[in-house]
Amino acid sequence: MLKRVHFPASILPYLLVAPQVIVTLIFFIWPASQAVYQSFLIEDAFGLSTEFVWFENFTYLWDDSHYRSSFGRTIFFSACVAFLSMAFALILAGFADRVIRGSTVYRTLLIWPYAVAPVLAGALFLFMFNPTIGIFPFILEKIGYGWNHYLNGGQAMFLVIIAAAWKQVAYNFLFYLAAMQSIPRSITEAAAIDGAGPIRRFATIIFPLISPTTFFLLVINATYAFFETFGIIHAVTQGGPANSTTTLVYKVYNDGFVGLDLGGSAAQSVILMILVIGMTVIQFRFIEKRVQY
Amino acid sequence: MVENRPFLAILSHLILILGVAMVALPVWITFVGASHEAERMLQTPIPMWPGDQFFVNLKQTFWGSGLTGTSIAPVWMMMFNSLLMALMIAFGKIAISLLSAFAIVYFKFPFRMGFFWMIFITLMLPVEVRILPTFEVVADLGMLNSYWGLTIPLIASATATFMFRQVFLTIPDEMLESARIDGAGPMRFFWDILIPLSRTNIAALFVILFIYGWNQYLWPLLITTDADMSTIVVSIKQMLEAAEQSPEWNIIMMIALLAMVPPIFVVIAMQKLFVQGLTETDK
Amino acid sequence: MAGIKLDTLTKSYGDTQVLHHIDAEIEDGEFVVIVGPSGCGKSTLLRMVAGLESVTSGNVHIGDKRVNDLEPADRDIAMVFQNYALYPHMSVRDNMAYGLKIRKLSKAEIDRRVNEAAEILEIGQYLDRKPRQLSGGQRQRVAMGRAIVRDPQVFLFDEPLSNLDAKLRVQMRLEIRKLQKRLGVTSIFVTHDQVEAMTLGDRLMVLNGGYVEQFGTPIELYERPASIFVAGFIGSPSMNFLSGAANAGQVTLSNGTTIATGSTASGEVLLGVRPEHLKPEENGPFKMTIEMLEHLGGVTLLHGVLDGTDTQIVASLNGITDHQVGDQVSFAAKQSHLHLFDAKSEKRIEE
Repeated sequence: MLKRVHFPASILPYLLVAPQVIVTLIFFIWPASQAVYQSFLIEDAFGLSTEFVWFENFTYLWDDSHYRSSFGRTIFFSACVAFLSMAFALILAGFADRVIRGSTVYRTLLIWPYAVAPVLAGALFLFMFNPTIGIFPFILEKIGYGWNHYLNGGQAMFLVIIAAAWKQVAYNFLFYLAAMQSIPRSITEAAAIDGAGPIRRFATIIFPLISPTTFFLLVINATYAFFETFGIIHAVTQGGPANSTTTLVYKVYNDGFVGLDLGGSAAQSVILMILVIGMTVIQFRFIEKRVQY
Repeated sequence: MVENRPFLAILSHLILILGVAMVALPVWITFVGASHEAERMLQTPIPMWPGDQFFVNLKQTFWGSGLTGTSIAPVWMMMFNSLLMALMIAFGKIAISLLSAFAIVYFKFPFRMGFFWMIFITLMLPVEVRILPTFEVVADLGMLNSYWGLTIPLIASATATFMFRQVFLTIPDEMLESARIDGAGPMRFFWDILIPLSRTNIAALFVILFIYGWNQYLWPLLITTDADMSTIVVSIKQMLEAAEQSPEWNIIMMIALLAMVPPIFVVIAMQKLFVQGLTETDK
Repeated sequence: MAGIKLDTLTKSYGDTQVLHHIDAEIEDGEFVVIVGPSGCGKSTLLRMVAGLESVTSGNVHIGDKRVNDLEPADRDIAMVFQNYALYPHMSVRDNMAYGLKIRKLSKAEIDRRVNEAAEILEIGQYLDRKPRQLSGGQRQRVAMGRAIVRDPQVFLFDEPLSNLDAKLRVQMRLEIRKLQKRLGVTSIFVTHDQVEAMTLGDRLMVLNGGYVEQFGTPIELYERPASIFVAGFIGSPSMNFLSGAANAGQVTLSNGTTIATGSTASGEVLLGVRPEHLKPEENGPFKMTIEMLEHLGGVTLLHGVLDGTDTQIVASLNGITDHQVGDQVSFAAKQSHLHLFDAKSEKRIEE
């Protein structure tokens, strides 16, 4: 935590931490506490007066079927994104780990989608699935399936899920490949001598050994799907049709900036903060464990 | 690998090539879309092979302002805004995180741990969960539609601070002792010893933060209402909306390409640093 | 040039006192070795002289100056670290010049000093290399060079040889000794290796558990160890200790054998005798049965148990002997080679 020897105390360390601390106070702590404060207020329709209402905003959210369904939807969305992108990445990493030459070439070819902004990923998939000119609706129509995600909520959800998962494959692949390559060769060789074939080895040796990575990625992907996919949803569906793709973050934005419901948006912010804190704690707990490996 | 069966090796390569193709498909379609005339893009099925209009479209898009009928800044200017924002965020985060990690590791002073935890808390407060009040603060400070408003609220960084703290902790104590015997004061030690010893970590972090900064969406969407301040990534949304009136998909796809090429280029060109940065910041 | 004076120096971390009232005067130009087992406080003591650890109480003087509150850089010292602490991103030349640049010496003067030091240490051809391109011995020399260019009043060495292999260590030991004599700079050298201590130091300070056990020349320490600890620490193999009762100029061992010591002491004592001072002699008072033999070429070590006791005893004989395991051998030692220690206080009993 601290060096054995340190510089003598003076005003200097305060100056050194000052920029970070000032930015943190003004743009993090203060707005966050404002959110907490506003979550206890209700503003009238004209913004003329506010009333302190304790937990009314929260109980209102609790009773709001839109909010509850958006909660469930966010969890479904996150689970699908995490599962799809991790499964796909795991399979590719498993094969990339097998190839003797060229695993770095494949890595190069697979990691670049990390650099694509979520909103651009959304734009790309929107183009591919555009009901009038998109390539996939064209193919689907040939086999007798009508595609229009502007009207069909299930299709809209599917579209944002694959757009979000596509972007995240790169990240998961990178971590899975690194985890597999760090397994000592001798362990897989010993399993092979014991008579385990490649699939069995993967299932009984490699997969259990990389389970810490799986858990780590699960937390990271869930966090990503919860908070960083705003751009995808904003570009592809704007939460629609009929709120079928409105996630929690999208709802905070929409209620706050479009609906101008300050108290409600603030209460949603507070709930999200609690979620992030929970996820961060899980992540740190896990990292402590991982260190012991 | 353990087995030496050519069949398995070929299968592995086939599956990997298929995977790469699936991952690359959306970008390929974008590239193809950006290389045809607008009229061609309205006939189904859309082409799967590049046309000959790529450079024509590139020229028109880069110097123009996107679709006819939209009121946005020229694309080159939005790219410049994106570049400036990405650089300011990356340098800003690195600079203030280096300084605070230096203070926390090498000084013993009252409230040291208090500051440490305060920085830690920022990890739990992503901009997405406090959108409205943060926007209000920036608006009150008169920082809307400015580069400062675009970047400064994003430059506090717990991850970068922790990473540098970790890096500094692995530097032997004797470096500091030796430097003190040599007569180096704190800032001199920081510049002459710490910064050079952390330079690959700084570079790795820079790659990650540049991408992070370039790809910002929600924040610039809120902060920049002037067309002149818009970033290329944010503009894509306006393009998609405008497409309903004037569906010039070749231009939209070209803008999308222009928006993603710089960060992709950075990832591929600095792959080693990128991988190092990703794995280090998540420790 | 300057001497060093330590005046009732103590060091505590919280409630734990790690150094107790250290008093010592080190002469100008003297080479003092601080030796002791790990955790005895020797490095802490050195670092207090360097200014890298604060002083809890007492004073450190370098020359006529009290330096307790001076920054390390202002104490006119140079230090060689165990891991050398070379700046890995700087060339050898820059490593040596760094402190001089901070002191704002002229470019010409820096060049002159660096080249001179490089010549003394024969590292001239490596000046533009980075530390990682050097071998352990070469890095050691650079670390020395960094100390020399400063032209300090005092050299401080913190176990600088412990990262070298055995052969190089012997060679560097001699070089450090020669260099120190040539430059005549007061030096303090910390080590846990008693051979290094004996060969390097003009005087040795033996530290144990934060106390000075003895401070004297290598010969004094060998011939008149002040305590059981020093007696056991200095010399290899270690001194044999036999418990017994002293009375009227002789000691009766637990097996009943009496040995004349010429000491007036009485009561429970430990009789110390070095392995190399045990000489085979028929009817000698020290009778042992050999359990194991070690042929080292130059000497042969006989390990066994003193008859009638369960005390292990070692004898070191010159050359290769024809003893066998199981043989019974008797030894005697000169009276002047016998050491008496109080069994309780473990201090030497002076005649």
